[in-house]
Amino acid sequence: MTTKETPKACPAEEQPSVCTAPPASADPAASAPKTSRRDFLKAGGMLSMSTLMGTAALMTQSDDAHAAAEWAEHFQKNYRLMTDAEKAEARARLERRYSQEYGKQVTVDTTGPQPGVLMGYALNIRKCIGCRRCVHACVAENNQSRGTKPGEKIEWIQVLRMERGKFEQGKMDHGYPEGLGIQVGGNAYTPAGQVLEGQYHYTPEAVPEQDATYMPIACMQCEKPPCVKVCPVRTTYREADGPVVIDYNWCIGCRMCMGACPYWARRINLTSPVLPKEEMNPVTHYLGNRPRMRGVVEKCHWCLQRTRHGRYPACVEVCPVGARKFGNLLDPESEVSKILERKNVFRLKAELNTFPKFFYFYD
Amino acid sequence: MQQLTRFAADYVGYVLKGGTKFYAWMGSLAVLIVGMMYVFYLQNTEGLIVTGMTSQIHDGLYFANLVFLVGVAAGAVTIVFPAYAYHHEGMHKVAVLGEMLAISAVIMVTMFVFAHMGRPDRLWHMLPLIGIYNFPHSMLGWDVLVLTGYLILNAICGFYYLWCKYTGKPINYKWFMPLVWVAIVWALSIHTVTAFLISTMPARPMWFHSMMPIRFIATAFAAGPCLIILAFLIIRNNTKFWVDDSAIKLLTTIVTWCLGIALFLTLSEVVVELYARTEHANGLYYLMFGLHGLTNLVPWFWGAVILMVSSFVLFLIPSIRNNFKLLPIPCVMAFAGIWIEKGMGLIVPGFIPTPIGEVTEYYPTFVEWLLTLGIWAFGFFILTILLKGAIGILQGDIKYVAAK
Ligand code: SF4
Ligand code: SF4
Repeated sequence: MTTKETPKACPAEEQPSVCTAPPASADPAASAPKTSRRDFLKAGGMLSMSTLMGTAALMTQSDDAHAAAEWAEHFQKNYRLMTDAEKAEARARLERRYSQEYGKQVTVDTTGPQPGVLMGYALNIRKCIGCRRCVHACVAENNQSRGTKPGEKIEWIQVLRMERGKFEQGKMDHGYPEGLGIQVGGNAYTPAGQVLEGQYHYTPEAVPEQDATYMPIACMQCEKPPCVKVCPVRTTYREADGPVVIDYNWCIGCRMCMGACPYWARRINLTSPVLPKEEMNPVTHYLGNRPRMRGVVEKCHWCLQRTRHGRYPACVEVCPVGARKFGNLLDPESEVSKILERKNVFRLKAELNTFPKFFYFYD
Repeated sequence: MQQLTRFAADYVGYVLKGGTKFYAWMGSLAVLIVGMMYVFYLQNTEGLIVTGMTSQIHDGLYFANLVFLVGVAAGAVTIVFPAYAYHHEGMHKVAVLGEMLAISAVIMVTMFVFAHMGRPDRLWHMLPLIGIYNFPHSMLGWDVLVLTGYLILNAICGFYYLWCKYTGKPINYKWFMPLVWVAIVWALSIHTVTAFLISTMPARPMWFHSMMPIRFIATAFAAGPCLIILAFLIIRNNTKFWVDDSAIKLLTTIVTWCLGIALFLTLSEVVVELYARTEHANGLYYLMFGLHGLTNLVPWFWGAVILMVSSFVLFLIPSIRNNFKLLPIPCVMAFAGIWIEKGMGLIVPGFIPTPIGEVTEYYPTFVEWLLTLGIWAFGFFILTILLKGAIGILQGDIKYVAAK
């Protein structure tokens, strides 16, 4: 969680449902200050029937809430098929379990899509300096696994590093194939604007580097998401307000979606995520950053726990050069809409017809 | 009802009787199966981290074997089809053995599905009614459907046939024949759908071409019959049951030309991909020559090519093809070659490089090898039981005798 006062993703006057008054079902975590959230939880949440049961379980045997919650989770329905009552129950169960597990008051938001909102993202490719702060902010905000062993570390955002190339006079005569007297291709160049294999992951000492440009990439929240089409159990789907989400409790870990994603945006939890108690972000969303379990797939969801309450995603907030923009595509006055209207915009792998809602632009 | 229990009892009783060779074979398979159960338990408590898979290369040995075995299951049709469509005498006698092979192959496929899943405990989510089934969009959904259908069809056709032989009743061709025909077409569908499973992903350029289904079928109709030929030769040499020469010869012909077609298709793909050498050819290039200094799969690929080409040549030589002492050699070579080509040689390089250009390699762990081996052992265990019982019935060793 960040403490900074954050700008709204859209003007409050025009989108009252998003920015000012979350619906009754919404988590109080919303954009309200910390103290009031705690009070609310104490006053309202603690009195609820389910919490009482949880407390009872806590008193009798410490492990019961955990075990009972896990047991119930095994048989719960696909999130979209749950009734409101079942959702509330699932939510209470999870809050109880997580709170116990991580030793702090954890909230699990179940706020749904807001009417009139279609989230969109734009990134200024000129500005990115490759500092990877968005990556770290994302990991901290979204409770990704932090282990050190291979397979235990998960990062949703990748910052691709691209070689800045040039054409050189000295190499003008070099040709391909070499030495045959026919040239089908020269090589007076060093690769320009190309991601070289194996170069996606880097830890620079200082940024930006002289000879590099950067291309951050994460889930593109496609309008026609290939990952959704291939999922055999419909556990991953596009929400009405745009983001593609996963019901972690329903995923069978078949990894078809990972194969289908052209942007390598999905990660598999090869083992139970390594999430230290102190570092766990207790403000979570059911379809977003709540702690995941072993064997399921996860991905970027544009920080639903924040954006559904009018805040920016963590990566937008943290970007030191302001390369990242986020907002409502249906609102002509939002920052993204204006960028789409005025800037030079492109999408990655447009030939695949996935129609990302993540746009790259440059001035 | 009483007939049915007698059938089961007689069947089991017959299968249990066997010489030391038989018990040694089953015993060693059982050891592998126990090992498999242990590592499967390990994988389900520790998670997939005990395998060599990563978020980059997230399908490995399990998926490769799954794809290959669907082909073996489909390959059974090379017996059933000539038997019923061409009324081939020798084949007709052994058609039911092909069905038994199909059954055990599908069972192995199912086990590989379980091994592959991140959450096998949740597989019930795929069951219609209690779960949700993403039908008709998900190819995996289709795959489950056709595989289950194929298993049921073969079980019905196979065991009904055996049942009739056992009781001495005539076969009711009115419904048996239509079912056989459905099963034949269905066999093609299972491998076609498996091909679609991977070839419908534009995110993976190495797989994204429409040649995949036909190449799959061609290799399947080479690998499947290879295994059947081997099984037939073993049966001929170790039991009183005699498989006609004509049946084996027909299978050899099928293997030869399916292998030929498969090689031709591979060559076409290589030419198309490497002539223009677009970025989309990187997967194939990695497989053939390595990329970015990583060459893990190169020996596998060339090994597969050598095995397939030389077995094709051997199959073409009449003195080898018709010599049943030498025939197992090219059969084993072709089978191994196709296993590599379709497994490690197709599934793994599909992920290298990843969609964002990263080149990483995949090393199956001991757990994966043992689990894979164990599932194969389990398959052979079941296959042995099914074949032995079936042969007993075909020979008339097991027969229904009305109770006094
Ligand atoms: S891994 Fe999970 S989300 Fe992905 S396709 Fe399989 S069930 Fe769906
Ligand atoms: S970028 Fe990948 S994970 Fe995200 S919606 Fe598109 S296909 Fe799905």
